[in-house]
Amino acid sequence: MNFDFSDDQKMLKDQARKFLSEKCTTRTVRAVFESSAHHDAALWKQIAQMGWTGTAIPEEFGGLGLGYLELCVIAEEMGRALAPVPFSSTVYLFAEALLVAGGDAQKKTYLPQVASGEIIGTFARAEGPGAVLPKTIRTTLKNGKLSGRKIAVIDGPIADFAVVLAQTSEGAGERGLQLALVDLKGAGVTRTALDALDASRGHADLVFENAAAEPLGAIGEGWSDANRVLDRAAILIAFEQVGGADVCLAAAKDYAMNRYAFGRPIASFQAIKHKLADMYVNNELARSNAYYGAWALSTGARELPLAAASARVSATQAFDFAAKENIQTHGGIGFTWQMDCHFYYKRAKETGLVLGPQRAWKDKLVTALETSNA
Amino acid sequence: MDFEDSPEEAAFRAEVRTWLDANARRRDGKRDRLVDELETAAGDELAASRAWQKTKAKAGYARITWPRGMGGIGGTPMQSIIFGQEEGKYDVATGAPFAIGLGMCIPTLTTYGSDEAKKRYVWPAVQGDEIWCQLFSEPAGGSDVANLRTKAEKGEDGAWTINGSKIWTTGAQFSDYGILLTRTDPHVPKHKGLTMFYLSMKAPGVDIRPIKQASGNSGFNEIFFTDVKLPDSQRLGEVGQGWQVALTTLMHERLAVGGGQGGGLDVPQLMALARELELEDGPAIRNAAVREKIADWYVRSAGLKYTTFRTMTALSQGKQPGPEASIAKIVVASKLQDLSAFAMDLEGEAGILQGPDAPMQGAFQGGWLGAPGLRIAGGTDEILRNIIAERVLGLPGDIRVDKDVPFNKIPTGR
Repeated sequence: MNFDFSDDQKMLKDQARKFLSEKCTTRTVRAVFESSAHHDAALWKQIAQMGWTGTAIPEEFGGLGLGYLELCVIAEEMGRALAPVPFSSTVYLFAEALLVAGGDAQKKTYLPQVASGEIIGTFARAEGPGAVLPKTIRTTLKNGKLSGRKIAVIDGPIADFAVVLAQTSEGAGERGLQLALVDLKGAGVTRTALDALDASRGHADLVFENAAAEPLGAIGEGWSDANRVLDRAAILIAFEQVGGADVCLAAAKDYAMNRYAFGRPIASFQAIKHKLADMYVNNELARSNAYYGAWALSTGARELPLAAASARVSATQAFDFAAKENIQTHGGIGFTWQMDCHFYYKRAKETGLVLGPQRAWKDKLVTALETSNA
Repeated sequence: MDFEDSPEEAAFRAEVRTWLDANARRRDGKRDRLVDELETAAGDELAASRAWQKTKAKAGYARITWPRGMGGIGGTPMQSIIFGQEEGKYDVATGAPFAIGLGMCIPTLTTYGSDEAKKRYVWPAVQGDEIWCQLFSEPAGGSDVANLRTKAEKGEDGAWTINGSKIWTTGAQFSDYGILLTRTDPHVPKHKGLTMFYLSMKAPGVDIRPIKQASGNSGFNEIFFTDVKLPDSQRLGEVGQGWQVALTTLMHERLAVGGGQGGGLDVPQLMALARELELEDGPAIRNAAVREKIADWYVRSAGLKYTTFRTMTALSQGKQPGPEASIAKIVVASKLQDLSAFAMDLEGEAGILQGPDAPMQGAFQGGWLGAPGLRIAGGTDEILRNIIAERVLGLPGDIRVDKDVPFNKIPTGR
């Protein structure tokens, strides 16, 4: 039994924590929140220089070729720091879409640029409120031209490229779906930055009018390719969520130990102690589920869909709970703009919705369970 | 990261399998019994448990981490887990009747008892000939166990006289011996006036009465002591040091790595039920509300399973397990209660029934009736949250209004 990260991986994690605790404090996050910028460009540049963007990209495509366990430990630290950079969009979604569905030439063209930090990429699926289903995808891909609209695309305002889920033949449902790679700086692309809860990350509406796009993967494979990308990203984002949830618990504890009421630290009241104990339990369960996800991702295990859904549901629940109860522990000061609590509350919701909501992931989880029991 | 045995672990596992093949039959797909966790075996089952325990003791598998000649092989906690995993695949009697004695009482005896006592009691307990119980809780002291009132008074002859009562004692009705925490000085603060003894459950003046639980079963007992005489040689630890001795006992309880609590009733059984039932809008397994609940409970079960794997990894690397091991009972007991209630709701009017008259032989009704006890026994949900808050998170202890108050001046309420 060796269900833990290796000493080298833990060392990488320590290095990441040290770097981010110096270069990415909540002051850094606040600066992005309070400006019109959608990310911290200087921080992003330094992160790319250290090679983190290429952690799991094979060496033949310009990456470090370390692997997913290494990417998981970095993800946890990015989550702890609420890093205001397009890491999840570029690394967990765009690069993974290329690795899942891209041809050799496409990988050779784009992955080295991801690894070096030259390009920012993203992934666009939803076209409106409610569930994303094969029949709700109305963006079309015909003869290399993309037309349609994608909403709330993470890092959409600053991305250079997007992988888009598109329909190649109207009314064909899943059989007609295909992923497409589009240059967002090209003709026929209009993007509008949107007002999102978590302003430390940019979100945009992308409108395509006969924009030049290249297919990524085969026609009819778009839906399953997209799901494979989402499964991988779900595990990596679960690590970010676990990192964020742990910070919330530490912040709630720190405040409760130092805040006195009725002549004693509020941390000595059982109402607060039990709340924090519940946070701890949720966080540990989420961490363990995320570890299983890391194992499945790093080995390409058959159990990956179940592991991904479990990691995501568990981590989303833990981060949501920790973020809201951190505010509650702080009392009135906790919901002011000047305190940091709301950054985590918002990031918890952002990470909990960006790959689709809990409801959808719970359904996926049970589907995976039914398959594994069959 | 992998789930493989180390070469040493694999070798031990192979050795264990060979021994089990020679001494027991495999389950061969026979399903685990759904048991009430708080029940322990009696009658024929107890005889079978004793026989299997004896077989294991001779081979050194009864208490793997203990020295050779004491029922063990001086093994590691990881080897103990491996044996448990392999043993679970065979159709053998439960070791539950010996769990409290070997997990808590005998370690206390070996820490504080005389050499003669160790010589006399350890081996019979290890091989299942003698069963031990733990006599701490009282009607006036559950979570606040140091509030106990059972009196031990020393006579002119140096012997002790015990009067009082204990409650919630698992397995007392078939126990031969017990360790007994008593009050020897009511004039000092409560933790300071306690003394630990061991005694025969067959001694004159010991009256054991099973308690009928809400489930109708009787796993627990109330014990009354009327002028029970104990020689001073049956004292464990110094007079007035009983609380320190009790902490040793409880520490051994916590060293046990979490096992199959919850009686095997979990998501797979709920899914099996949901596959069989029709609801207003079709098969229950296709119902969105049902699926959402299944997912919620699955991530908690899976989270616990992989938390155990993390604990085992620490053990496998020769480290002490971290505090993550302490969360199991909080998660399992509440989940069992909620999941059982939800399943009964799915059953509709048939959910009113119990036992063989109910769907799935009343499995969920059994879980629902057992869950309240599981949330209380061995540390209530509330006490466990205090333990996590104080020992894991380092939050302050409660303000104790009875801290420096002599025991006989502490208000007692009703």
